Amino acid sequence: MIRVELPAHLRTLARVGREVQVRVDGDVTLRSVLDELERQYPALKGTIRDHVTFQRRAFLRFFACQEDWSHQAPDAPLPPEVASGREPLLIVGAIAGG
Amino acid sequence: MSDVRVLVGTRKGAFILTSDGKRDKWEIDGPHFAGWEIYHLKGSPADPNRIYASQSSGWFGQVMPRSNDGGKTWETMDNKFVYDGVPGTHQWYDGTAHPWEFKRVWHLEPSLTDPDTVYAGIEDAALFRSTDGGKSWEELSGLRKHGSGPRWQPGAGGMCLHTILLDPSNARRMYIAISAAGAFRTDDGGASWTPINRGLHSQYIPDPNAEVGHCVHHVAMHKSRPHVLFMQKHWDVMRSDNAGDSWTEVSGNLPTDFGFVIDVHAHEPQTIYVVPIKSDSEHFVPDGKLRVFRSRTGGNEWEPLTKGLPQSNCYVNILRDAMAVDSLDPCGVYFGTTGGQVYASSNAGDEWKPIVHDLPAVLSIEVQTLA
Repeated sequence: MIRVELPAHLRTLARVGREVQVRVDGDVTLRSVLDELERQYPALKGTIRDHVTFQRRAFLRFFACQEDWSHQAPDAPLPPEVASGREPLLIVGAIAGG
Repeated sequence: MSDVRVLVGTRKGAFILTSDGKRDKWEIDGPHFAGWEIYHLKGSPADPNRIYASQSSGWFGQVMPRSNDGGKTWETMDNKFVYDGVPGTHQWYDGTAHPWEFKRVWHLEPSLTDPDTVYAGIEDAALFRSTDGGKSWEELSGLRKHGSGPRWQPGAGGMCLHTILLDPSNARRMYIAISAAGAFRTDDGGASWTPINRGLHSQYIPDPNAEVGHCVHHVAMHKSRPHVLFMQKHWDVMRSDNAGDSWTEVSGNLPTDFGFVIDVHAHEPQTIYVVPIKSDSEHFVPDGKLRVFRSRTGGNEWEPLTKGLPQSNCYVNILRDAMAVDSLDPCGVYFGTTGGQVYASSNAGDEWKPIVHDLPAVLSIEVQTLA
């Protein structure tokens, strides 16, 4: 299972805890993980990436194994540690006041 | 006796304030959607327990909650607002062409007769409609594709469609307003639109009398006379007696005619309310005094209403969707401030008191009068 850690507001929206688990058949990529995440939790559609372009929302970042994956291609394989569930994929809101 | 439910949208969540018909003691429920901007929430006239809300965030975009039990519980509906066809461009602040991009929902207007039909005014300016209770949205693109669309430009708050008025006597007619394009009317259910800005005069645009480009802040009507419209423009309070075909200024003796809100008494179609704001560069009430101004003559002759409102050291603003009335007798009038106060008058504005005074900045107020 792939572990995905969500920011607080998205946990509330999806009515889940800090971390959710999704099963991905095939390549484990940002696209496949987010597709499955949105399938399991439809309330998250449009809140992480645009409905139409699938671009990451500007104030969100993706981290995996202490690396910034925000600018990686959506079909690039995520690290084996994420694919095996040893490490989570982190979805992080940009730090800003207000 | 009827009850009153006040729906408050704020910068950091929604609050629901309830009272009986005396409007003396209030219960405060919230925050709902804590931490999110709630630009607007409004109940269906056909089913008051059906409430639609606009929940948004700079981080996570747009979310569309809906309640079927008067705001006790909420479910998340469709948040996919996709412009019809190739969106094209409008003017940016500097006059250059800028692509249409969805940012947020500013205003929700439920149908007068069908709880599952609701209109959404969005930024960048367009009108959407759902006929399945918010499960899906389609653009009424005749508005945005009106020939003037490429000349529309944003106001300081963004290029928002913020006002939607449904004509209770003619289901095919509605009015909308956009900052900063102006007001528009449809007489065919939203298929085609006519700019209704004749008589508006705006010094801040190259042609002060242009067909479009005016920064309309809000428009109000009384249900018994839907052809009479009252407008708070960027500067100037305006009135139309012919469904927007032409406008005349009715600012009269107001201390300043800049402002955002305007509303009409529930039972007196000639009685209107505004809250003058000092200027477009100083968005707070003048002289440190929070004063609602009432005209009983449809404009021009205004009286300040101050009893119960702070008359010194007050520097709040009242945003465009943050005033509403109930339909009790005497009429209740309500408004919210950027300082987080919600003021109510249970006697048509003669006296005021705060229902609650330490909320986040208030973005919108709607009132439901419940049988």
